[in-house]
Amino acid sequence: MTPFRLQLANITKRYPAVVANSDVSLTVQPGETHAVLGENGAGKSTLMKIIYGSVKPDEGTVSFNGQPVHIRNPQEARALGISMVFQHFSLFDTLTVAENVWLGLDKSLALAEVTQRITAKAREYGLDIDPSRPVHTLSVGEMQRVEIIRALLTNPKLLILDEPTSVLTPQAVQKLFVVLKQLSSEGCSILYISHKLHEIRELCTACTVLRGGKVTGVCNPQNESNESLSRLMIGAEPPPLQHRELKTGAVALRVKGLTLARDDQFGVDLDGVSLDVRAGEVVGIAGVSGNGQKELLYALSGEDTRAEPAMIEMFGHSAARLRPRGRRRLGVHFVPEERLGRGAVPTLSLAQNMLLTRDNAIGKSGWIRIGALQTHAAKIIARFNVKAGGPGAAARSLSGGNLQKFIVGREIDANPKLFIVAQPTWGVDVGAAALIRGEILALRDAGCAVLVVSEELDELFEISDRLYVIAKGQLSPSVDRAAATVPQIGEWMSGLWQGAATAREAAHA
Amino acid sequence: MDGYALLLGSMLSAGTVLAIASLGLLINEKAGIVNLGAEGLMLCAAIAGFAVTVQTGSSWLGFAGGMVTGAFLAAVFGVLVIWLNTNQYATGLALSLFGVGFSAFAGINYVQAKLPESVQYKLPFLGDLPLVGPALFRHHPIVYFAVALTFALIWFLYRTRSGLVLRSVGESPESAHALGYPVRRIRFLAVLAGGALCGLAGAYLSVVYTGLWVENMVAGKGWIALALTTFATWRPARVLLGAYLFGGVTMLGFHLQSVGVDIPSQFLNMMPYLATIVVLALISRNPAFIRINMPASIGKPFYPGS
Amino acid sequence: MLKLEARPQLSRFWSYGSPILALLITVLIGMALFAALGKDPVKGLLVFFWEPIRSGYALGELMVKATPLLIIALGLAVCFRSNVWNIGAEGQFVIGAIAAGYVALLADKSTGPWIVAAIIAAGVLGGMAWAAVVALLRDRFNANEILVSLMLVYVATLVLGYVVAGPLKDPMGFNFPQSKTFDAVTQIPRLMKGSRVSIGLLIALGGVAALWIFLFRTRAGFAQQVGGLAPAAARYAGFSARRAVWIALLTSGGAAGLAGALEVAGPIGQLTPYVPAGYGFAAIIVAFVGRLHPVGMVFSAILMSMFYIGGELAQSRLGLPKSLTGVFQGLLLFTLLACDTLIAYRVRRKAAPKPAPLSPASPASSAPSGTASLQVSTPLTAQPVAHATEGAL
Repeated sequence: MTPFRLQLANITKRYPAVVANSDVSLTVQPGETHAVLGENGAGKSTLMKIIYGSVKPDEGTVSFNGQPVHIRNPQEARALGISMVFQHFSLFDTLTVAENVWLGLDKSLALAEVTQRITAKAREYGLDIDPSRPVHTLSVGEMQRVEIIRALLTNPKLLILDEPTSVLTPQAVQKLFVVLKQLSSEGCSILYISHKLHEIRELCTACTVLRGGKVTGVCNPQNESNESLSRLMIGAEPPPLQHRELKTGAVALRVKGLTLARDDQFGVDLDGVSLDVRAGEVVGIAGVSGNGQKELLYALSGEDTRAEPAMIEMFGHSAARLRPRGRRRLGVHFVPEERLGRGAVPTLSLAQNMLLTRDNAIGKSGWIRIGALQTHAAKIIARFNVKAGGPGAAARSLSGGNLQKFIVGREIDANPKLFIVAQPTWGVDVGAAALIRGEILALRDAGCAVLVVSEELDELFEISDRLYVIAKGQLSPSVDRAAATVPQIGEWMSGLWQGAATAREAAHA
Repeated sequence: MDGYALLLGSMLSAGTVLAIASLGLLINEKAGIVNLGAEGLMLCAAIAGFAVTVQTGSSWLGFAGGMVTGAFLAAVFGVLVIWLNTNQYATGLALSLFGVGFSAFAGINYVQAKLPESVQYKLPFLGDLPLVGPALFRHHPIVYFAVALTFALIWFLYRTRSGLVLRSVGESPESAHALGYPVRRIRFLAVLAGGALCGLAGAYLSVVYTGLWVENMVAGKGWIALALTTFATWRPARVLLGAYLFGGVTMLGFHLQSVGVDIPSQFLNMMPYLATIVVLALISRNPAFIRINMPASIGKPFYPGS
Repeated sequence: MLKLEARPQLSRFWSYGSPILALLITVLIGMALFAALGKDPVKGLLVFFWEPIRSGYALGELMVKATPLLIIALGLAVCFRSNVWNIGAEGQFVIGAIAAGYVALLADKSTGPWIVAAIIAAGVLGGMAWAAVVALLRDRFNANEILVSLMLVYVATLVLGYVVAGPLKDPMGFNFPQSKTFDAVTQIPRLMKGSRVSIGLLIALGGVAALWIFLFRTRAGFAQQVGGLAPAAARYAGFSARRAVWIALLTSGGAAGLAGALEVAGPIGQLTPYVPAGYGFAAIIVAFVGRLHPVGMVFSAILMSMFYIGGELAQSRLGLPKSLTGVFQGLLLFTLLACDTLIAYRVRRKAAPKPAPLSPASPASSAPSGTASLQVSTPLTAQPVAHATEGAL
C-alpha cells in the first residue's frame, strides 16, 4: 500500500490572541489534487506555512511519504520536495525573472543554467515567460507564472497553491488548471487553498474544510454541491439577499472620457474612461486588480485632482478638482480598499477615526467635542453590529470584518447621495459580508447612487444592476446584470470588448 | 602646476574619509538598514583609533581599533533595530548623540596629544612621475584601499550570489524570509560591515588625515556620507566619485582661503554643507527616479512570521 | 534563551513604565561608569539627582535650564508627531539667537522695556525663517529634512562665528569674537528676586497647555498627526500633507528661535560663539523620553536639565569632565528605545532549543509597532517612535 504523500496529525498552533489551528488532521494521496477550503481567518494560511516550514506547530506531527519529518525552514521543505506558490508573491521587483527564480532554488546551480531550465520548463507547461525581464515590468498574471515556474523547477512532489486565482481572469484560471492537471497526472500532489467553491468542484478530488481553526469536514468535491460545501465552510447557508425593483433617478456621477497619466511608474494610465451612475442603482466595475481601478478611484475620491474639470461631474457640478472634503460636502462618500492605514488609522480609536471623514462632533473653529464624538461612534458601532471594545478601542484591535463594518457604517451613516466602495467584502467573514451587501442594497433602495469596484465577480453579480469592466486603463461599455454572463465578462476582463483599442494585447492578462 | 597636482592629491585624500564611510553605509542600506548613527560612530572610532595609535605607536593598530569600535557600536545598534525592531531613525540618532558625548568624554586626555612620526608613502617609480606622481601615487595606503573597496563592492553586489541575496533582503525582507533566507543574520552582518568601515574612516580621519584629536572633529562628515549614498543612488562607483567631489569642494574652500580670496573664512567653511544641501535638493526632485534605485525596505522594520 | 512574543494589545503599563526603567538602567550604567573612573558611585548619583533639587536656588537653576529644553521640545513634538524629522533645532536656535541679539544690540539707555517683546519676536521669526528653508526644500524638492536641517546647523554655527567676529563684534572687546553685552533693559524679566528663573518659564508652561489643546482638541492638530501616523489615511481624509510639513517646521523653528532669544537675552546677555549649547539636540531626547506628550515632556525636560547641572557639578565637585552630560543623555535615549520594546512585546523563556520565528498577533492586526507610516516623498523618510497611547482622547 503506497504511503500518503502528506499526513498532518493533530496540528495545533496558537498565537497570542487566537488559536489559528486546533487539532487539524489532513491526508493527501500521491497525485491527488486536494483542496483546503475555508473562509478568511479559518487557518488555511497558517497550516500551509507549517507544512512549508515557515512556522513551527505547537503540537502535532507532519509525515511525508510515510516518514515523520520536522520541517524547520523552507529550505528543508524544498529539499523534501514540497514547493509553495504564495498568495502574496515572494518576488523582488528590481531583479530579473531569472534572478528571482535563482534565489528560490538551491545555491548549487549557476545563473546561466537556471535561465536555460526556466525556458525549458516554461515550454513544457505552456507558460510564456522571458527570463531576462525585471519583475516590476510584469503583469500580475505573469508574476504568478514566475512563482509557478520557480516551484516547478524544484521537481516538487507536493505543490501548495495559496489562493492562486484571485489575480486571474476566468480564462487564465482555465490555463492554470491545465497546468495543474498535467502536474498531478505526473504524480505530483497538489494542495489547493481556496474559498471559491466552483473552482474546487472543477479541479479537486478531495477536500478538507476548515472553520475557525478546526476541521469541519473531509469530502470529495466532485460529489458535493455548492450548497453542501458552503454549509461545511460556514455552518449555514447565508440568507439570500432580497432585490427590489430598479427605480433610477437623476445622474449622480458622470465620468466623461477620463484620461489620466499614471502618477507613479508602476501604475496604469487611464484612457478615455466613461461611465455614469444614477440615483437608485448599483453599478459594478469588474476587473482583475492592476488594471486601473486604483487610479480611477483616486480620481473619484478626490485624492487625485489632476483630471480636467469636464471629465468628472457629480450632481451636475464639475468635481474633478474638488478635494475629498469638497466632495463629501456634495454628499459623496467613499470606502477605500485598504482598511488599516487608509480607511482608518490603526493606532487611533474608533471615535478618533470618525474625524477622518465626519464633522458632526467638530464645533466652531475646529474644537473637538469629545463627548459628542464618542456618542456618535457608539451609535455606528451599535447600528452596524461592530464587535469592538467600545468607541475607545484601537482600530487595529478589530478583526478585518468588524473594521470594515465600522468604516462602511461611518460612511453610510452620513446619508450619502453617491456612495463609492472598493472591495467591500474582501477578507471579511461571511456574516459581515452579508450585512455589508445588505446595507449597500438598502442605500440603493433609498435612492442613493452606488458604485462598487470589486474583483469578486460573484459579489458583483449579486448586488449590481449594471456592470462595467475595466481592463488596461480602459472601461468597457455597460451591460445590464441580467444580460451579463461570466464568460463574457471574463473576455472583457482581458480587454476583448467590441471597440476596445487594445484587443490584441489580451493574451497577457 | 605643481600646486594643482597637490590640490588634486589632497582632494583624493579628503574624499577618502567620506568614501569609506559612505561605502559602509551603502552596504547597510542595500540590506535595508539606515544607520543615522554614522556621525557618532565615526567620532568614537576616531578617538579610539587615535588613542590606540598614541598608546601603541602603530597607526595600523589604530585603524584596527577604529574598526573594532565601529563594529561594536554598530552591533549594539543592530541588535536594537533588527531584533528589538526599534525605530531605525530614532536609534541611529541616539547613537549619534551618544557618540558625540562619549567621544568628547573619552578624548579629554588626548586633546593635546601628539602622534608618533608619520610615514611618508610613495609608490616606487610611479610616485616620482612629474605631476601625476604627487597627485595620485604618494598617498597613504588607505586611499588606495578606498578605490579597491569600491571595485570589490561592485563585484560582490552585482556578480556574486551572496550580493544578490543581500540586495534581495533590502528589496523585500518578507519575500527573502519566505524563501528561507536568514534575513536578520544577513542584515546584522551588513550592519557590522558598515560599522567597521565607518570606524575605519573615522580612525583614518584622526590618525592620518588631521593627525590630532579635537572634540567633534568629524564635523558632519558622517551626515554627508549618509547623504552621499542617496546622491549616488546606491551605486559604489558613484559614491567614490561623489566623495572625491566633496573632498574637492572642501579643498577648494581651503585653497581660496590660502590664496587670500576676500571672503570670510566662515563662508568658505560652509561650502561642503551648502553643497550637500544643493545636491540633495536637485537629486530629490524626481521621486520616481529615487524610488527605482532605492532598496525598497530602507527604514522599515521587519517581522518574520508576518 | 529568551524570545520576544508580541502582545495582543499595547501595554499601557509599559508606556509609562518604559521611561522609568530606562532611567534606572541609565543610572546603573552611570554608577558603573563612576566606579570605573575611580569615583564613588553613590556620590556621583547624589551629584546628579540630589544636588540639583536640594535648595530653592538649585530648583531655580533647574528651571533655567529646563525652560529652553521644554520650549524646543514642544515644537519638536509637533514635528515628530507629523513624521517630519527636524533634527536641526540647534541651528534654528542659533539663528533665533542671532536675530534676537541683533535687536538687543539696537537698544541703548533710552530704550523702553518694550524692546523685550521685540527681541522675543525677532528670535521667533529668525528660527522660523531658518526652518522655512528646510520646509521649502522638502516641499518643492522632496529633499530629506533630516539631512538639510542638520547641514543648516553647521551653517548656522558658522554664521554665528562670522557675525561675532565681524559685523557685530564689540569694538571695545579686545578683538575677542563676541558682541557687546546687551543693555540692562533688554534682559528678559525675572520671575522673582534671588533666582535666575525668567518669564520664559511661564511662556514654556503656556506652551504646554497650548500644545495639549492643539494636539488633542482641535481638528487642525488631529489632521497634523494623522499625516504622521498614516499618510494614506490623511490623503483619504483630505488633510493637506504640504500644509502639515510647513506647520510642523515653522512651529518647531519658531519655538527653537524663541528659546534662543530667551537664552541670549537672558542668562548669556551677549552674542558669543558659545551660544549653541546643544539644547537643540538635547531637546530631541526630551521629546522622545516625554513620549511627545506635553505633560510628559515637562518631566523629561526637568530630567535632562538635571543631567546638565549634574554634569557641571560633577566637574566642579568630582573632577569629572562635563561631557559626561552628553554620555548620560545619549545613554538615556538608547535605553529608552530598548525598553520601549516591552510595550509591544513580552519577554519569554524559549522552551524548544531550536530558534523559532517571531509570531505576530491575530490576522486582523498587522505586526504591532508604532512605525506605521513611510511617506513616499523623501528617500530617507523616517517613522515616529512607537506611540503607545495616542493622547488624551
